[in-house]
Amino acid sequence: MVPITYYLILSAVLFGLGVVAFVFKRNIITIFMAIELMLNAVNLAFVAFSQALGKTDGEVFVLFVIVVAAAEAAVGLGIIILTARNRRSLNIERVDLLKL
Amino acid sequence: MSAVLFIFFVLAGLAVFGAAALILQSHPIHSALSLILVMLCLAGLYLLLGAEFVAAVQIIVYGGAVMVLFVFVIMLLNAGEEERTNFSKLASPFFGIPLALALGSLIAVALLRSTTQLPSPAAGGPLTSTRDLSKLLFSEFVYPFELTSFLILVAILGAIVLAQREHN
Repeated sequence: MVPITYYLILSAVLFGLGVVAFVFKRNIITIFMAIELMLNAVNLAFVAFSQALGKTDGEVFVLFVIVVAAAEAAVGLGIIILTARNRRSLNIERVDLLKL
Repeated sequence: MSAVLFIFFVLAGLAVFGAAALILQSHPIHSALSLILVMLCLAGLYLLLGAEFVAAVQIIVYGGAVMVLFVFVIMLLNAGEEERTNFSKLASPFFGIPLALALGSLIAVALLRSTTQLPSPAAGGPLTSTRDLSKLLFSEFVYPFELTSFLILVAILGAIVLAQREHN
């Protein structure tokens, strides 16, 4: 028997590492992967809560999150390819049109 | 220590190791492989929790489709080592990591506080059968389910529009 709190702590740790990767990395593809890591961490919390409460709703939410993540990956990687083509670089600091 | 707890700690350790490797590797393809490790470990944890269908979907959709897309784009763009500028060298250790750690511990504390009212027995319980899941998905959540198909359609159109070459 694994206590539910262990799963939740692991989920929070993975989410924190995802945030670290998000602010730390400079490659636009790796930053996108950090977002996927955060989504995965949230999914773990969903499944753990669903199991603790004895309801299946959480697992349905996880399926929806996976669908949204797949759609997001398709569109996001399209945007990344366009950006790389226009800027000739994958460094996020070269993409600064929105900066003041 | 029971076998289930041992398996949990092995999978959790591997997942945290993979997430740390994602940050420490400087080449995007190595980061992508670390992320695949994290996703496979999470699939194992879902199995441990008794969510068999979610574990299968996690491996097929995340570990398979999404990560293949990532690796494909990395190879297509011929992505090399990431370059670091002076600002990112300075800003990430002093602001990024402390703030991210604060956020992670805040989430952990909030989650732990919310679980004091919860019944604690979790893993090793009865499996959530795929039949229950599909019944719920096609009765109570049927409208969100249909909306996701619309979302996927829009995403496909968006990807096609973004990826096509300009004619001029």
